[in-house]
Amino acid sequence: MSAAPFTDEELARLRADFPILSRTVRGGHPLVYLDSGATSHKPTVVLDAERDFYTRTNAAVHRGAHQLSEEGTDAYEAARTSIAGFIGARAEEVVFTRNATEALNLVAYAFTNGTHGGGGGRGERFSLRPGDEVLVTEMEHHANLIPWQEACRRTGATLRWVPLTPDGRLDLGDLDALLTERTKVFAFTHVSNVLGTLNPVRELAARAHSVGALAVLDACQSVPHLPVDVGDLGVDLLAYSGHKMFGPLGVGVLWGRPEVLEEMPVFLTGGSMIETVTMEGATYAPVPQKFEAGVPVAAQAVGLAAACDYLRDLGMDRVHAHEQALTERLLRGLAQRPWVSVLGPTDLRERGGAVAFAVDGVHAHDVGQVLDDRGVEVRVGHHCAWPLHRALRVPASTRASFAAYTTPGEVDALLEALDRVPAVFGTGVPA
Amino acid sequence: MDLYQELILDHYKNPVGHGLREPFEGESHQVNPTCGDEVTLRVHVSGEGEDAVVEDVSYDSMGCSISVASASILAEEVTGGSVAHARETYEAMRRMLTSKGQDPGDEDEIGDGVALAGVAKYPARVKCALLSWAAFTDALYQAQGAKQ
Repeated sequence: MSAAPFTDEELARLRADFPILSRTVRGGHPLVYLDSGATSHKPTVVLDAERDFYTRTNAAVHRGAHQLSEEGTDAYEAARTSIAGFIGARAEEVVFTRNATEALNLVAYAFTNGTHGGGGGRGERFSLRPGDEVLVTEMEHHANLIPWQEACRRTGATLRWVPLTPDGRLDLGDLDALLTERTKVFAFTHVSNVLGTLNPVRELAARAHSVGALAVLDACQSVPHLPVDVGDLGVDLLAYSGHKMFGPLGVGVLWGRPEVLEEMPVFLTGGSMIETVTMEGATYAPVPQKFEAGVPVAAQAVGLAAACDYLRDLGMDRVHAHEQALTERLLRGLAQRPWVSVLGPTDLRERGGAVAFAVDGVHAHDVGQVLDDRGVEVRVGHHCAWPLHRALRVPASTRASFAAYTTPGEVDALLEALDRVPAVFGTGVPA
Repeated sequence: MDLYQELILDHYKNPVGHGLREPFEGESHQVNPTCGDEVTLRVHVSGEGEDAVVEDVSYDSMGCSISVASASILAEEVTGGSVAHARETYEAMRRMLTSKGQDPGDEDEIGDGVALAGVAKYPARVKCALLSWAAFTDALYQAQGAKQ
């Protein structure tokens, strides 16, 4: 039997765990927060876990031999095990970064460093030279695009990309021409942060491997919203952020297959990531420590582990079912408004819960302002995916995105507030 | 909503001086990186220095109602006046828009610009209102630099 959305009673209980959801905005309107794709709110258990780390065990972990350092290190490493388990991985396959952007930059810089023989990597896999190619897609968040643009600039490799179809899916018709023996890495997103498009990860990873390319996945919009098991996906490296999944700001995750992480050159260097150091040079610690230079983000990792526990208790299958039901409700509502066009697939099987749309004759900034006036908080602009918006020929869009705590009533509040837009701008009478 | 006064919506729907024209001595392209709004603005001036006359302001803008209305108000207020007057108008607009709502604006100085006073209460939108003015001061600098 498939999982069910949360009931009203369950939602009420769940929402009580998130203190911020009870506040009001813009002159007393209840907060209708539909921007969880940008960052989610945090339940009390996460805030308590982070605070508890600071009040009881604060120490620079993996340094020193005193009791606090031992306890801090234990807490940090236990968090790693728990966070790894959440995506079906083992602890030593998980690297903590400041955010997903840093995780993706880590991989891009590993290629640059490997090209020049630096970073303590092994083999030729992590190198880019003129004639080599990096493949991305036109729907990428800037975080999975610009690091690759820069890596190509530094190495002389060529950046190529999979284009979009008009309905916001990857146009895989020419994939054979784009993904060739020249391709060293194929970096793509699991779920589009704008369109909600769910990409066929397993197929794309297999295609990448068939030409010997590494498959790198941006999982920022999937890990928080649906069950993800790295064993099922077939990719080599995967990045996501903690703050979009009820965790604290300031912690991201890079997961990698063990043999890939072994070969991968380091990015940031300094304390904590070394084995031996002389004035002439250094050798590096085993994975994952070699990728974690500087004092680690221990309190944030502990907070993120609490967030994983919280999501585990909710059940990711139910979180997914809940968000799919909300998405369906919103898509149905938007379809009844002919002055709104949804960007991206409308078939629920091909998408997740980020819904971007354009309102006829009204700029997204103005749509957002009218919604905000009623306490409905959505994202407006290009959502860090400017090339995607260019490809779809819209300058900017309005995006609603959900989390486990989002209610059907909030979707209705969005639709109601949206109906004011044509009246304010004199662009027609709402249906 | 007090932000969207009738006057703003009038300028948005019927922007004054819209479209790119010749001749021009200065041109500037400005972008708002948070939303991707863009404006290309040209100025045509005659004469020298601060006494020079702003003969024409022409522009092509792609943006929200606030940015389009602000460009329209700019064209209306500075066209036909001196460069010195245009600079004073810009200063008065900037002062009002960055006042966090403290400065209601003076109609004698900025004309319809006072309708944008509400924008100052929304920090995320101030940039929308200032985009065309940034393009204008840049284009003016180029025009006058080119003459010297």
